[in-house]
Amino acid sequence: MIGAEAIVKCLENENTEVIFGYSGVAIDPFWNKILDTNIKTVLIRTEQNAAHCASGFARISGKVGVCAVTSGPGATNLITGIATAYADSIPLIAITGQVNSDMIGSDVFQEADITGAVESFVKYSYLIRNVNDIPRIFKEAFYIANTGRKGPVLIDIPFDVQCAVLTEKFSYPETISMRSYKPTVNGNIVQIRKVIKEVEKAERPIICVGGGVHLSGATNELVKFAELNDVPVVSTMMGIGAMPSDHPLFFGMVGNNGKAYANRAMNESDLLLMVGARVADRAVNRPDLITENKVMVHIDVDPAEIGKNVGPTIPLVGDIKHIFNDFLQLDDHPDDHRKWVETLKGYKEEMKTIREPVADGYVDPENYIRTLSKVMKDDAIYVADVGQNQIWSCAYHIVKNGRFLTSGGMGTMGYSIPAAIGGKIADPDKQVVAVIGDGAFQMCMMELATMRQYGVNIKIVIMKNGYLGMVREHQHKAYNDRYSMVELKGDPDISLIAKAYGMAYYCVDGNSDIEEETIKFLSDDRSGIMVVMVDPMALTR
Amino acid sequence: MKRIYSVLVENRAGVLSKVAGLFSRRNFNIDSLVVGETADKAVSCMTIVSTGDERTIEQIEKQLNKKIDVIKVKTFKESMSINRELMLIKVKYNKENRRDIMENCTIMNAQIVDMSKNMMLIQICDTSERIELFIEMLKSVSIVEIARTGTVALTKCRENQ
Repeated sequence: MIGAEAIVKCLENENTEVIFGYSGVAIDPFWNKILDTNIKTVLIRTEQNAAHCASGFARISGKVGVCAVTSGPGATNLITGIATAYADSIPLIAITGQVNSDMIGSDVFQEADITGAVESFVKYSYLIRNVNDIPRIFKEAFYIANTGRKGPVLIDIPFDVQCAVLTEKFSYPETISMRSYKPTVNGNIVQIRKVIKEVEKAERPIICVGGGVHLSGATNELVKFAELNDVPVVSTMMGIGAMPSDHPLFFGMVGNNGKAYANRAMNESDLLLMVGARVADRAVNRPDLITENKVMVHIDVDPAEIGKNVGPTIPLVGDIKHIFNDFLQLDDHPDDHRKWVETLKGYKEEMKTIREPVADGYVDPENYIRTLSKVMKDDAIYVADVGQNQIWSCAYHIVKNGRFLTSGGMGTMGYSIPAAIGGKIADPDKQVVAVIGDGAFQMCMMELATMRQYGVNIKIVIMKNGYLGMVREHQHKAYNDRYSMVELKGDPDISLIAKAYGMAYYCVDGNSDIEEETIKFLSDDRSGIMVVMVDPMALTR
Repeated sequence: MKRIYSVLVENRAGVLSKVAGLFSRRNFNIDSLVVGETADKAVSCMTIVSTGDERTIEQIEKQLNKKIDVIKVKTFKESMSINRELMLIKVKYNKENRRDIMENCTIMNAQIVDMSKNMMLIQICDTSERIELFIEMLKSVSIVEIARTGTVALTKCRENQ
């Protein structure tokens, strides 16, 4: 058995279903041996998107996403995708080919020090020197990627190691022995009891959920706990969908792009449970306000997140699902906070933002997203890209029992289409809709070919305004309309692009029956693009 | 505030760069960093001296602990440990100041370990503060080169009890 076969065997042992990747000589031994298995491969069109596809796959399947590319430029192209996954704690294995071991360091053709280059964006990385280490390293890599605070792990494998014959019999380890890596799973019971007491004592408790709730698979436990004790819930961008957006206890997304009443609810609470959220700048721009006059509980699997941006009163480290199960088990005394919930309902009513009417001929983004959301299936996967489309999506899309994906931490433009491809492959029966601006679309439209090649049916909504809208909006406010580097001239005719890739094409403007057209677009058998004509001057707020 | 981090790490290729990279990436200071093997050849000990506010000190420890290659982190104040640094210092001497230099060496417990007709190489092993003081004392002499190891430290015996 050679190294490449051993890698394939490892992936089989990890029940890998699909690998997203790109070819190249340095990774060829591996692609050669993948032919002998049932593992599906998806040839993407640029390496960055292999990581985004794997990210979408991981988020929907709950498994580790796997991508593989060649050495040098293949590996460096992957970096943005890896960094995107790292920022959102998405479990990935990135396999990169490398030049022959004896040539490493001599700057030969397509050589890049990829383990060095990705160091700040991976949870861990390996450069395999000895072919017999392959089983142990893969076992460790999957374990590291998918436990504790999840994240990407990169494995760099020189060409000669992929071709070398194993001198030891292949056996995939059943257990892990790593003295330096032991993530905390169970929460400290003393702290857990303290939190339950605080919930009992509190008059105005609130839970703020982050992406960690999805990663831990704790949405059911969280909703149950909130319902049991009448605790209202708000979320960060990454936490959207942890509780259905139309749930009576849900009060929207916090942060400078969120709802004013969500921020007010968080600031006025007397007990704040931060759950699987980093308390990062976009969610909480004034950390002092969320610790003032209140008890703050910070629940996270990563101890380094606790106290990084804000000092909590009660830190609680562990897996959220485990901790909430403990809450449910030990909390024998359901609390009544209905009065506080009613207050928040009042805030929601009185603090409703009224958007300016849109210019003639254009579609109102709020109206469009609300309509799309209404006619989508309840369990659909909605992938928002980055920019104004993302903010509108967060504000107006109602997640029922589907999922909402976006690049929250890194804000990587062009994430949505590849992530939607990965999500659709993970769960082919689900309706998958990617919402993207015309800027980001042009960053990832090469993947329309991937969709076509593998028959991946996703629906792409392009909010077209001829601008990099989010930055234009910023320049409108911060630079008094001095626009620089934001106008997209020379736009391609998207109807012809749709045609070129064999996709259905729809377009709505201010005069269209949006609902009727969107229903037609979603129920079309083919993959489709719907262009939504948005006023270039429209604002997110 | 000054803190010393005694960090046990897996003795693997690239670990030093990972730990050092963590400090620069997260905007933490490194006053000094020393690495060497322990009794177990598979484990190295890094002694890192850093300054920062309370939040930074806590973050450094947590971020170090997050590194997969880090086995154990001990954080302590200087007063809790025995701290030593080695310095080699090469100076030019002449007939007039030769005695002075030798006296300074005696006072500071430094040794002259190499010599030529106009230069001497002095070795001193002490705390960083005393090494600074020794350099200060030699300021009037022409210093040719200095090499310092940075601090190594172990907690005092009673800290283990």
